Amino acid sequence: MYAIEMVGINKHFGNLQANKDIHFSLQSGEIHALLGENGAGKTTLMRILYGLYRPDSGEILVNGQKTSILSPKDAIQAGIGMVTQHFTLVPTLTVAENVVLGYTHSQLVSQKDIEAKVKAASEKFGIHVDPSVMVKYLSVGERQRVEILKALYRNAKVLIMDEPTAVLVPQEVDALFESLLKLVKTGLSVIFISHKLNEVMAVCDQITVLRDGQVTGTVKKSATTQVDLAKMMVGRDTSGISRQIEHKIGKPIYEVKDLNALSNQGLKTLKGVSFTLHRGEILGIAGVSGNGQSELTKVLTGLLIPTSGSVFMDGQDLTHASPSTITKAGVGRTPEDRHEGMIGDLTVAENLAMEDLDKYTHNGFLDQKAIVKDAEKKIADFQIKASPTDALRKLSGGNIQKVVMARALSRNPKVVIASQPTRGLDVGATEYIRKKLLEERNRGAAVLLLSEDLDEVLALSDRIAVIYEGCIRGILPVSEATAEKLGLLMAGTC
Amino acid sequence: MFKYKIVRASAPVWMRTLIPIVAILLSFLITSIFVIIAGANPLAAFYNFLIVPLSSQSSALEVLVKSTPLILTGIAVTFAFTAGYFNIGAEGQLYAGAIAAVWIGINFPQLPSIAILPMMIVGGFLAGVLWALIPALLKVYLKIDEVVTTLLMNSIIMYFVSYLLNDYWRNPQSGYPQSPDISAAAHFVRLIPKSRLHLGFIMALLVVVIVYFLIKRTPLGLRMRASGANAAGARFAGINVSRTMLTAALVSGGIAGLAGMGEIAGIHFHLIEALSSSYGYTGIIAATLGGLHPLGVALAAVFIGLISTGSQTVSLALGVPVYLGDIVQATLLLVTLGMLLLQNYRIERR
Repeated sequence: MYAIEMVGINKHFGNLQANKDIHFSLQSGEIHALLGENGAGKTTLMRILYGLYRPDSGEILVNGQKTSILSPKDAIQAGIGMVTQHFTLVPTLTVAENVVLGYTHSQLVSQKDIEAKVKAASEKFGIHVDPSVMVKYLSVGERQRVEILKALYRNAKVLIMDEPTAVLVPQEVDALFESLLKLVKTGLSVIFISHKLNEVMAVCDQITVLRDGQVTGTVKKSATTQVDLAKMMVGRDTSGISRQIEHKIGKPIYEVKDLNALSNQGLKTLKGVSFTLHRGEILGIAGVSGNGQSELTKVLTGLLIPTSGSVFMDGQDLTHASPSTITKAGVGRTPEDRHEGMIGDLTVAENLAMEDLDKYTHNGFLDQKAIVKDAEKKIADFQIKASPTDALRKLSGGNIQKVVMARALSRNPKVVIASQPTRGLDVGATEYIRKKLLEERNRGAAVLLLSEDLDEVLALSDRIAVIYEGCIRGILPVSEATAEKLGLLMAGTC
Repeated sequence: MFKYKIVRASAPVWMRTLIPIVAILLSFLITSIFVIIAGANPLAAFYNFLIVPLSSQSSALEVLVKSTPLILTGIAVTFAFTAGYFNIGAEGQLYAGAIAAVWIGINFPQLPSIAILPMMIVGGFLAGVLWALIPALLKVYLKIDEVVTTLLMNSIIMYFVSYLLNDYWRNPQSGYPQSPDISAAAHFVRLIPKSRLHLGFIMALLVVVIVYFLIKRTPLGLRMRASGANAAGARFAGINVSRTMLTAALVSGGIAGLAGMGEIAGIHFHLIEALSSSYGYTGIIAATLGGLHPLGVALAAVFIGLISTGSQTVSLALGVPVYLGDIVQATLLLVTLGMLLLQNYRIERR
């Protein structure tokens, strides 16, 4: 018997058919992957299952019974839980309060009691978070861990996980997979939304691939390969990133020495970070989020003043420099969070011109024509799907990231700070951004790549450093860096 | 079971332009209740509100007279709001500008118009800037909420005005709490004979045009819009958000100061406590109703001027209280604010 059957699901938004006659069956006790690029319709389908959308047509069967799911409440009652991509935590409540929120069975809540319960649950599932900390003090990665824990805590029979592993280290992913595998043995069924092929192959029993709102196939893991899945997903062979194996690294150009900095909460978050960037290299900094990457990005892009240490580029002291001084010195800066770093209410052209307002000012007025003309060129160069006068907020994440890159790279910077450049992007956009970073390296720029995606760091970097609790844990040439070795460093176990 | 749900989505352009119109219609619907309570026919009331003031030249010009200070305070508020600085202190800055204008107008009786009027304009502007300075510095350097501080500054200056009128400028003969009159050369010329429409109206229109170009076409305007829309993003792009906000706050104060100067030179010729009938606060309504677009704000200010002129005709014609006009204005603000919130959401079928 199937735990969930979705039969003939259709859903459209305006002119867009997000789901076309989708049939999807989840067996009890299996982990079933829903694989597809961003916009393929995975999330829409799961939102229908979780009662967030209502399908135009089609029906849902839970344990063979036709069930009407009109709200998340109905879904939870039917034993369906969901870990969403965007967090639904209350920042001003503690981890424990968030986890039990709406799931307490008495009118009185004892902090101690719920903290103990949540601690027990976090140990059981192998997801380590401090139950007494307020969520607003947690990093993106830690928050996601709380989300996962919250869903697991509710003992759902069917668990929908919308790309839950994006910010976990390999060891933690393994631990999560282990607990998922343990849980499916006790009867839990999992729908695992992902666009990461290796994860899907590692943990799932069955894989349903979506493309353009349609099912392109459902296969057993044992009967397929990553290459086949990739073809089903994007409808073409994915060309891996071609990088020169033999690549000469140039002279040192950017030197970070003994950097210390405090987080927003006043905690010592960077502890003596030192590294040197050379012309024509990508230095990858791997690590789980919340280990100082945000603060390092902020210091290097001029948003945070370090408590001690120095940043020099070509002999110029940039330690206390403002964002515009750093830009003018020849550093291509990209924000860690593209929504925070860009201005959604302004147009694409205005965002692109923002770092160069002096250049576009004639007689005190902005030269609108030049701004739009330059934007058109950058839009063409970076294959951005937008017109210069579109509000930035209307663009997809991938296109916003391309705007970010276009602004930073079109000055031909000597140093590029790329922080989480592909977070949340689909395969096509990710590949494009990575290709651009390699082009920068080949042009002779020094690229600092901060990424939580270990595969990305491994695929792009010439040298790899690991950041853990605000310290750099050794810098390895890529030839010596294996996923296992880095994973252990990232988890702080050696 | 709800068949529909609400999602966050920005409204299409046609809806943005429709919002003020629907807000106005809705406000009239709601205020009809009060008109009926006051014992009048709502249709007759709104006829007197909207049509009668425009049906004769003199009352139509009076509408423009009423809207002159509102255009300036509305633009002042718009300027600050655009940069993400919520200046609630236009009322106080208006009085600061008025005090400076009166002082100059009294103390240089020998100067001709061509000299004294520019001095009063500059002085009124600078006094508004000065009165806006303290809350702006507190906001930029100590992150103290400007909504509270600018509002409190309004009370402070009202007491200062009261001191001036009851002590320093007190008329020794009449004993009225009003300042001496400014010199005749310090009067704004009347644009149309036998009306009160004065040069200040042209000044207000000029400010509208200048601010429009400042906001839309200059680097400062782009910095202000960026800082107002997303301060973190603006900071990342290398914009000095603090300096931008400070500039916007001070210029905003200056424009509000011009409103006070205009009322002195164009209408009253001396300082009184009731110089402003809450023009500083009503300016917030004009700014909101006009969607923070300078031209829209000017139109909204004229419309509010129409309502406040109309409230007097309604009162005379139908014997209802003048305060009905205030109710219409307040309702209009609340409805507009509600609708501005709604425009960020959309109702969708599940």
